[in-house]
Amino acid sequence: MEDNAHNVDHPHEHPSWKQYKWVALWLTVITVLEVWIYYTSFSQSPLYVPTLLVFSALKFTIVVLFYMHLKYDHKLFRALFTGPLVIAVFTLLALLALFSHQAIKQ
Amino acid sequence: MASAVAHADTHEHTHYTSTGLENRKVAIWAFIGSECMLFASLISTYLIYKGKSIVGPFPHTPWTSPDGHVFKPILNIPVTSQSTFVLLMSSLAMVLALAAVENRGKPGYVGTVLGNSKLWLAATAALGATFLGYQAFEFTSFVHEGLTIRTNLFGSTFFTLTGFHGAHVTAGVLWLLTLLSIDIKRGLTPKDTLLVDMCALYWHFVDVVWIAIFTLVYLIK
Repeated sequence: MEDNAHNVDHPHEHPSWKQYKWVALWLTVITVLEVWIYYTSFSQSPLYVPTLLVFSALKFTIVVLFYMHLKYDHKLFRALFTGPLVIAVFTLLALLALFSHQAIKQ
Repeated sequence: MASAVAHADTHEHTHYTSTGLENRKVAIWAFIGSECMLFASLISTYLIYKGKSIVGPFPHTPWTSPDGHVFKPILNIPVTSQSTFVLLMSSLAMVLALAAVENRGKPGYVGTVLGNSKLWLAATAALGATFLGYQAFEFTSFVHEGLTIRTNLFGSTFFTLTGFHGAHVTAGVLWLLTLLSIDIKRGLTPKDTLLVDMCALYWHFVDVVWIAIFTLVYLIK
């Protein structure tokens, strides 16, 4: 049972040092890009905010999948994280919509 | 006899749920899920009140007070970019600490830098402490420039959000130092992987929260 349980707990090998190094490099590159576009005229573009949100979501996903090993871990852990995360994002969007609606009415 | 003792020792520290998963790991993931809700509420509050401050200083635009004093934009992007990089690198050190404990005694890890869990745990704690130093510098300079938690809506929501995050980083650094002291005292072995894994999951969560805060608070004007 314990051997079986251990296999369920760690069904796959974790990434290697080389993969961790590449993940760190990608995170750094995306962060540099984010800061760079902050100082360019692109920050006045309507695409600025969506671009930043995409970069941020990409970094978030990379850390969760590779550093938190969610890509390799049991699906229950994925559910325990993504379930509340989805509820949290919807709550955030709902609150923003609610308060912007009230502001328009005022 | 020795194997019976070892088995009893393993059994003593391992508690599996009916799913076959270690209950402490299920617990830390459930805790992280609940933390998502906490930070979503803090970020929502920040975003709802964004741009609604009547008096300055403001995050991205200059402000002149009624008495003629000019306040420059309060956020210091270069400094925060450095602290963001520090926190990202701490996550790299954390995964290397976990790998060092998990693979202790395996080829490629014996007697190498990669297998030195003390080094990586200390590096993660040091980088976390450096991030806190950046935050202390930022908070202090904001107060000197006239922004406190009571100044305006931006100050209230900003200090609450980043203060909560800083408190989480502080808890993470203390957790890391505890693991480091255990490692120094008796040495962490592959049997202790779960102890380090739980701390690593918490630490990476603190990192991903900062990824969101850095974009939503600092970079979006």
